[in-house]
Amino acid sequence: MKPELAAAMRKTLALLALSLAPAVHAAPLAVDATKSELVFISKQMGVPVDGRFRKFTVKLDFDAKKPETSKANLEIDIASIDAGGPDADGEVVRKPWLNAAQFPKATFTSTAVKSLGGNRYEVTGPLTIKGKTKVVTAPLTVKPQGAQQLFEGAFQINRSDFGIGDGPWNDPETVAFEVQIRFRIVAQPAAAK
Amino acid sequence: MQRYTSVAILFHWLIAAVIFGNFALGVYMHELPISPTKLRLYSYHKWAGVTIFLLVVLRLLWRFTHRPPELPARMAGWERATATLAHVVLYSLTLLVPLTGWLFSSAKGFQTVWFGVLPIPDLIARDLVLADVLKEWHESLNFLMLAVVVLHVIAALKHHFHDRDDVLVRMAPWVRRPR
Repeated sequence: MKPELAAAMRKTLALLALSLAPAVHAAPLAVDATKSELVFISKQMGVPVDGRFRKFTVKLDFDAKKPETSKANLEIDIASIDAGGPDADGEVVRKPWLNAAQFPKATFTSTAVKSLGGNRYEVTGPLTIKGKTKVVTAPLTVKPQGAQQLFEGAFQINRSDFGIGDGPWNDPETVAFEVQIRFRIVAQPAAAK
Repeated sequence: MQRYTSVAILFHWLIAAVIFGNFALGVYMHELPISPTKLRLYSYHKWAGVTIFLLVVLRLLWRFTHRPPELPARMAGWERATATLAHVVLYSLTLLVPLTGWLFSSAKGFQTVWFGVLPIPDLIARDLVLADVLKEWHESLNFLMLAVVVLHVIAALKHHFHDRDDVLVRMAPWVRRPR
């Protein structure tokens, strides 16, 4: 059996099992990868420079009525980075920066989703980049976008917490330690796919 | 002897010095492997480029409101025409070189922030294909400027040592007049 087919069947079975089981989880959503984006903004010599990851997978369970049961899981393909051009792309996957050869994935798994009232939430969970883990908290806004929903937010990390930019680059004067991460995830209820 | 105003003389030598330094920096930095030093040098180069552009604008305002001394009477018509043309080209290049550098930086996706404080708006969005074209322009105009500067220096020395006129001294009053 083709692996994609097997995966699809597993997904369907899991969905079936989920729909038959008592609702312990919020509803899983189908993420629209073409409309979703993961952007990071660094500051080089005082100049904001943005980049993005072209490939990442998001698993999202979300129920506005029971936000605390929501779950988010993010897996980023480090090698898919777009850091502004071929020179920068080649540099940032090297050992001093993200070391993509040894750490090809960065991950985030939510451990808590808190409602802040209205359509605003707060997501907390461990973020692992370059083999180093740190618990981060990100604000999240959920808005309807046509038949879909937009999950949007931004938070800041300190690149030195993850050892991103070792050696001569461990200097906030040229590339600031603070890096802003912005996410825009577009998804719809899995059934409506 | 009629000489340039002190302000014109100051502008000339100050701009010449900054351009000379920034040209050398540009030649040196662009082949460096990526490093924090390279990022710093690129920023310094851009800051200096913006500074040159602003100095040239001020210099031109001064030039248009203060008539330069007349050329020596013995100069032939073609010599005058060539001198005028060379000066127009030099003034244009001192504006065009920083302009192409700024556009090149924008096309690369790096905004120019003067001295890390004052952001210069991006006229064009990130476009790596256009960036390559602008890079060629920035480079070619620089080497054209180098060629015209060499001509400019040779001409000044020819006036001083061959024609023994005041053309060099009126812009460099500390040089002894030819006898």
